[in-house]
Amino acid sequence: MKDFIIPKDRDMGTPAKAGASVTLEIDGVAVTVPEGTSVLRAAAEAGISIPKLCASDNLEAFGSCRLCVVEIEGRRGTPASCTTPVTPGMVVHTGSSKVGKIRRGVMELYISDHPLDCLTCSANGDCELQDMAGAVGLRDVRYDAPEKGVMVNHFEARNTSGEANPEWLPKDDSNPYFSYDPSKCIVCNRCVRACEEVQGTFALTIQGRGFDSRVSAGNAGDDFLASDCVSCGACVQTCPTATLQEKSIIELGTPDRSVITTCAYCGVGCSFKAEMNGDTLVRMTPYKHGKANHGHSCVKGRFAYGYAHHKDRILKPMIRERIDQPWREVDWDEALRFAATRMRGLQEKYGKKSIGVITSSRCTNEETYLVQKLARAVFGNNNTDTCARVCHSPTGYGLGQTFGTSAGTQDFDSVEHTDVVVVIGANPTDGHPVFASRLKKRLREGAKLIVVDPRRIDLVKSAHVAASHHLPLRPGTNVAVVSALAHVIVTEGLMDQDFIRERCDWDEFQHYADFISNPRHSPEATALLTGVDPAALRAAARLFATGGNGSIYYGLGVTEHSQGSTTVMGIANLAMLTGNMGRPGVGVNPLRGQNNVQGACDMGSFPHELPGYRHVKGPEVRKVFEEAWGVQIDAEPGLRIPNMLDAAVDGTFKGLYCQGEDILQSDPDTKHVAAGLAAMDCVIVHDLFLNETANYAHVFLPGSTFLEKDGTFTNAERRINRVRKVIPPLNGYADWEITQMLANAMGAGWTYAHPARIMEEIAATTPSFAGVDYALLEEKGSVQWPCNESHPEGTPLMHVDGFMRGKGRFIFTEYVATDEKTGPRFPLLLTTGRILSQYNVGAQTRRTDNVIWHEEDLLEIHPHDAEMRGLKEGDWVRLASRAGETTLRAKLTDRVSPGVVYTTFHHPDTQANVITTDYSDWATNCPEYKVTAVQVSLSNGPSDWQEDYAAQAAQARRILPAAE
Amino acid sequence: MTTPAPDDIQAILTEHLHLEGPLLPILHAMQDSFGYIPEAAHRHIAEALNISRAELHGVISFYHDFRANPAGRHVLKICRAEACQAVGGTALADATLTKLGLDWHGTTANGAVTVEPVYCLGLCACAPAAMLDDRVVGRMDAARMDALLAEAGA
Repeated sequence: MKDFIIPKDRDMGTPAKAGASVTLEIDGVAVTVPEGTSVLRAAAEAGISIPKLCASDNLEAFGSCRLCVVEIEGRRGTPASCTTPVTPGMVVHTGSSKVGKIRRGVMELYISDHPLDCLTCSANGDCELQDMAGAVGLRDVRYDAPEKGVMVNHFEARNTSGEANPEWLPKDDSNPYFSYDPSKCIVCNRCVRACEEVQGTFALTIQGRGFDSRVSAGNAGDDFLASDCVSCGACVQTCPTATLQEKSIIELGTPDRSVITTCAYCGVGCSFKAEMNGDTLVRMTPYKHGKANHGHSCVKGRFAYGYAHHKDRILKPMIRERIDQPWREVDWDEALRFAATRMRGLQEKYGKKSIGVITSSRCTNEETYLVQKLARAVFGNNNTDTCARVCHSPTGYGLGQTFGTSAGTQDFDSVEHTDVVVVIGANPTDGHPVFASRLKKRLREGAKLIVVDPRRIDLVKSAHVAASHHLPLRPGTNVAVVSALAHVIVTEGLMDQDFIRERCDWDEFQHYADFISNPRHSPEATALLTGVDPAALRAAARLFATGGNGSIYYGLGVTEHSQGSTTVMGIANLAMLTGNMGRPGVGVNPLRGQNNVQGACDMGSFPHELPGYRHVKGPEVRKVFEEAWGVQIDAEPGLRIPNMLDAAVDGTFKGLYCQGEDILQSDPDTKHVAAGLAAMDCVIVHDLFLNETANYAHVFLPGSTFLEKDGTFTNAERRINRVRKVIPPLNGYADWEITQMLANAMGAGWTYAHPARIMEEIAATTPSFAGVDYALLEEKGSVQWPCNESHPEGTPLMHVDGFMRGKGRFIFTEYVATDEKTGPRFPLLLTTGRILSQYNVGAQTRRTDNVIWHEEDLLEIHPHDAEMRGLKEGDWVRLASRAGETTLRAKLTDRVSPGVVYTTFHHPDTQANVITTDYSDWATNCPEYKVTAVQVSLSNGPSDWQEDYAAQAAQARRILPAAE
Repeated sequence: MTTPAPDDIQAILTEHLHLEGPLLPILHAMQDSFGYIPEAAHRHIAEALNISRAELHGVISFYHDFRANPAGRHVLKICRAEACQAVGGTALADATLTKLGLDWHGTTANGAVTVEPVYCLGLCACAPAAMLDDRVVGRMDAARMDALLAEAGA
């Protein structure tokens, strides 16, 4: 759609093919295209538009609309150009009077069962049916009702005598974001095919046949909301008429321009067109040239952007002396002066190191860079940390140790070449839906899947996807399972010796092989711990080692453990053992949680690392920044988030600037976090909403959304994508400007005029970003770091000819049980995760219509465990651990194994993190969210803690009316 | 109407799963065994074949012969295609429905006969044609129809 707005977005009709060149002639023009290309696409390549309705270049040709018929010399009849592949020397005529007549006839039939309400139709100006009627020159519809009869149609609710038309179906408005109006449907099948081929959910079908054919979501009687539909928007995007239409377009009209930007939800980093009508954002559509998503989206990026204008958003700065006081709205000057004076005061009284910052994985690279620079150059310490601490810090550490770079090795396109996929501790269909769709496509093409997860996630079995092996391990035993996989590969001699000899340290491998071959790592020996069937584990290991290109994708189920870093190293070992590194279709791929968590790590957010993962202890690294910034940089690493909180409780850490992160809700052991925050004298929260952390804040600086600023995000494949300003900041300033104003209020004297200037500084100081600038991003769309002299166009695949660190390093992975153990009082293991419609702490998604899919956090419990406790579906239950307790409602499901319970952490009234403990990864302090020993029992309402918390939150959120 | 037991549904699935393209054989077997395709079976079929319920609905609804509810003890199909219409098929069909007091797809009050339209029985040379259960009858007229209905107990 919208071909006429952005010509670059033109629909080529059928998917691109790769192959030997074929030359043919279309309307006298010689065209050369790859073998297998359709005549329709070949014509489009030559700039010739053949009319079409059922074809789209993200779907395989279908040949149903018969509008794209052409004449081909030497062939009988008029074949459909979409289903006819080119052949050498073919001579095609696309516009003869014969095909013109056929097309008009076809179009006349379509229009005979379509309302002629174009002027008041929501797709007016954005309708392919309308465009095609114009293109074929339809001037009249000759089909009339028979004498004394009625013309049977699908679009009139009543006939002229007022009788109801049995063929007419009402609109389905059950989905909050789009409507389905069957009266406008031309049954081109594009929505059904998009749901199957692009999204892979198979939620739609054509019901009935012939004149009775209707698009149906699910079974008869289901509406869109009740069906399997995940609201990804692919069907709406591909619908050529107003049948499937965004409600925002129905309400606001069609867009007149668009801005390309990057989604601010998960780490996939989808490119979107923000479509504007004047200064109003009317729609977000996935951008087909986006290299992470190739024109696909999920419900969050596509529809859940309404939080930007939610009434809860705070747009004026606020301050208060103490946290038991109500907030007072003030102007920016006063707020910044108040914050700067307090922070400097604390440093004078308690020392230079008594204050720090937390950078945001949701803000841009440029903003994150400035926040860590604020700590290092203005505060004069290294007290900077980021939410990656609580998610992928073990990835950074583990991959840095084994390969030499703290990032995934592949691009997302790599999945198209994989043969065996291992998914460990990740739930892509909920957490990284666009990647999941690409993975499912590859699985439907025949790739094999191994899932290592305590829960039976959707990938284990859903329409047309089934895992070859599901290893349902007990939470906390990742290392034992990963080591057992390696044990099988080594002891059965399935490793790739050539690869190991060439690319890794052979002596080190010998030591490792001795270690891992020990029978204590065998699947049989560890089965008691892990609960995984040894035969299944052996079969999975053999499949991975021998099944062709093997790739590993993992998520927070790997990292958020006391042995998170060890598991990451174990995963790296598996990839090196099997030689699955350095080419498309293989590699180690962390699925990053937040939009810019990769970028936040790259930008030096950690207390021990300057931008580019360089330790602050290195004098040569410090020198680079000391020269650029004109300050002395502390050579001692600063405090991590948990250390900051501990120090706050001890009284030595007094002030915090926290940008775009809600540590109270997202960090483990909520009570400890609350105690730490309460002990500080100056907490500055810089956010869109009065989040949970802001209940303990003294200064609130209103933030800007991704729609309101320029910058870059770096996704899980190291791809640096541009974020572009779509609307002016509602709060007055982009976040980078606010950080700069705060720094300047503390005497910094920064003068950045645009994020591009900040990126110049990043490029000048950080080798892996040396070649990155906004002009290059404009030209290429995006680049993957490292981007420098040796890789001027970026690096899609890492470690192609050798590892960044030289030789790949095998590291011993000894399983050590976590200290968090089940016992008679807490016999169940709780693990936590995410759901498709909600994102992280839910601050954004809870303020959109996405709540229709997930109003509250639920506790998934196996029916067996539920029965022992007398619990029924929907009962209120008390969930208690050694750290705390909360209440929520139970959902009985065999997706979790007996002994395991699961919940999400999207809602602050539940506060799943009251339950989680402060155990953490041995190397990086990444909290052990995924394993908590708990007990579940019937309850009759919120816990005392929940009630106290709600009262405190209400108290802390009071805002005084502005003084006039 | 009693819903078939899950075990019976499962037995039919097990019997056919080895086939290439087992969905249609399964649907036929269900209809043969139960007289219809029970909604209770949908979940089992979708699960066994790893298809979505939408896909299953698309297939079942495509074929007019698959029914969601049991029919009468006998099914009378009257051909509605062109050749039969040309030699009085329409009038015969109208008369039959009027006589029974039914609309298309209706079942007589005593549960004996369900009347359905069918589009071509391949008996155009002997039109108008009808079919009672599995038996086709050509050169239909009012008398033959009465005989068929009597046989079926309508």
